[in-house]
Amino acid sequence: MGDMIKGNEAIAEAAIRAGARFYAGYPITPSTEIMEYVAYRMEQVGGAFVQAESEIAGVNMVIGAASCGVRSFTASSGPGMSLKQEGMTTMADENLPVVVINMVRYGNGIGTLLTAQCDYLRETRGGGNGDYRCIVLCPDSIQEAVDLVTLAFDLAEKYRMVCLIMSEGALGQMMEPCELPPMQEAKKYSWGFDGKYTNKLIGIFDRDSMKEAEELNDRYNRVKENEQRWEDNYLEDADYVFVSFGLPGRSTIGAVEQLRKEGHKVGFIRPITVWPFPEKAFEKINPNVKGFITIEANATGQMVDDVALTAKKKFERNVPVFCNPHVYGVPAMKTIKEDYYKVTAGEMKEVY
Amino acid sequence: MAKSRKFPESIDRPMGFCPGCGHGVVIRLIAECLEELGQDKNVIYGIGVGCSSLLGGGLETDRRHCSHGRAGAVCTGMKRVNPDNIVISYQGDGDAYSIGLAETTAAAYRNENFTTFIVNNVNYGMTGGQMSNTTLPGQVTTTSPRGRNCDVTGYPLKFPELVANQFNAAYAARGCITTPAQINKTKKYIKNALEAQMNKEGYSVVEILSTCPTNWGMSATESKVKLEKDIIQYFPLGEFKMREVK
Repeated sequence: MGDMIKGNEAIAEAAIRAGARFYAGYPITPSTEIMEYVAYRMEQVGGAFVQAESEIAGVNMVIGAASCGVRSFTASSGPGMSLKQEGMTTMADENLPVVVINMVRYGNGIGTLLTAQCDYLRETRGGGNGDYRCIVLCPDSIQEAVDLVTLAFDLAEKYRMVCLIMSEGALGQMMEPCELPPMQEAKKYSWGFDGKYTNKLIGIFDRDSMKEAEELNDRYNRVKENEQRWEDNYLEDADYVFVSFGLPGRSTIGAVEQLRKEGHKVGFIRPITVWPFPEKAFEKINPNVKGFITIEANATGQMVDDVALTAKKKFERNVPVFCNPHVYGVPAMKTIKEDYYKVTAGEMKEVY
Repeated sequence: MAKSRKFPESIDRPMGFCPGCGHGVVIRLIAECLEELGQDKNVIYGIGVGCSSLLGGGLETDRRHCSHGRAGAVCTGMKRVNPDNIVISYQGDGDAYSIGLAETTAAAYRNENFTTFIVNNVNYGMTGGQMSNTTLPGQVTTTSPRGRNCDVTGYPLKFPELVANQFNAAYAARGCITTPAQINKTKKYIKNALEAQMNKEGYSVVEILSTCPTNWGMSATESKVKLEKDIIQYFPLGEFKMREVK
């Protein structure tokens, strides 16, 4: 077991070890320690770090560095992530394999400093203008966050897409023992700018949007087919299946274990990729399942939509889908069990 | 047989600027300077949004078409990871001084070692002649239909002067391209700016005053007269920050 390390610092070190050699960003709680860590660490490994004048500038600096074929990343939270969306749609358009880390904090507008999962719909649908997706990875521990950072750079490179780590404020601020990955040698992608115009670009008036859309769908379909990741248990005989990701997902696993001990037939799916959504996990579920329960830390219930769409796809009958959005924080096992009792007692109305 | 005219290879494609527009001359001067300095195969452009966008169809070089106003930030990222490439942001006044004022100013403020060329034609050209941050007092545009009222819209921004007076940059100048003599002078400014970058002296900027006959609603000749008579009065030509002799 590795040493105790703070989530944000572990994520930053994992990015350096994955070969990231450029970071630009703007401070915002609860993601700031990533930037602070990189501010001294990047210099040690011969990379570049810029404290940008805004998140918009930061993400555009990342675009510049990534265009030159350098593994680049940025991190933010709340309103800072909103500002980054302009850059993220550009990176999607230019097929730049950038890793973006969102340590989600609760609230609309300026929001709050509370840990939450309120950015689910925005991040899973591509938050900027146009029609694109990012691969979105959601860790439930610092160890998994570190492992997913390495994976994020590899997936971004493989599919030439933006890859998001969508975690929560609490994970960035807490400490856990963690094994850090070995240091990879940093490399420059051969498709990057070298000043010599080695890689020809298509003129802006020569683009064929119909052809590009076909290529985009083909690529996204490959991601959906090959990159679904999740953790599950007790699905084959489950009457009720919980679906929850990130830290609430971890809490849900604990609640399911306790409910099982009490004799309840419950199972869980903890999505690790929320885009692509782990539809394949649903294939193992008891065909006579009575319902799904999503546990989410947001105000209105967001992932419940994806669970309902997947249920519609995988079951011929309508399986009720329940959701009790816990707004912010990490719901305790006790709270999640209470949700379950309400569902089975008919005290909670299904969403779908 | 007549001797064929030499044309810089990096811009040997049509770009579709309006007749009488200054962009064609400016990009040609930049391309010529790059060739003369032996840097035309060692250059990356960050291209602005607006009429500058037309470079995206014409340049035969590494280039990124930046989001509106963000070329200063994109070029920062490029230069930090590729310090031995010449990095150029090519922008208009609407792009660099209005929507991109933060990114343009912050790059100069940090003294990033790249070069910004800004074609200032005192309005938004591509969208059809709206008021920009360099539109002259009283100038009629589609969004200042009764003439720019500087009391409520601010006064035209003088960026090279700002850079020269407030920041620790390497080089700042303003030229125009209405006569062969001015074109030659502007070319010297452009070359100075690029040499400053090659020598890693820091941020360099050249603003080039340009005509926009289409949106000014006049002929190319009338536009030149307006530029010489009105615009240069407000935006003086010359070098505001000279390179330090080392």
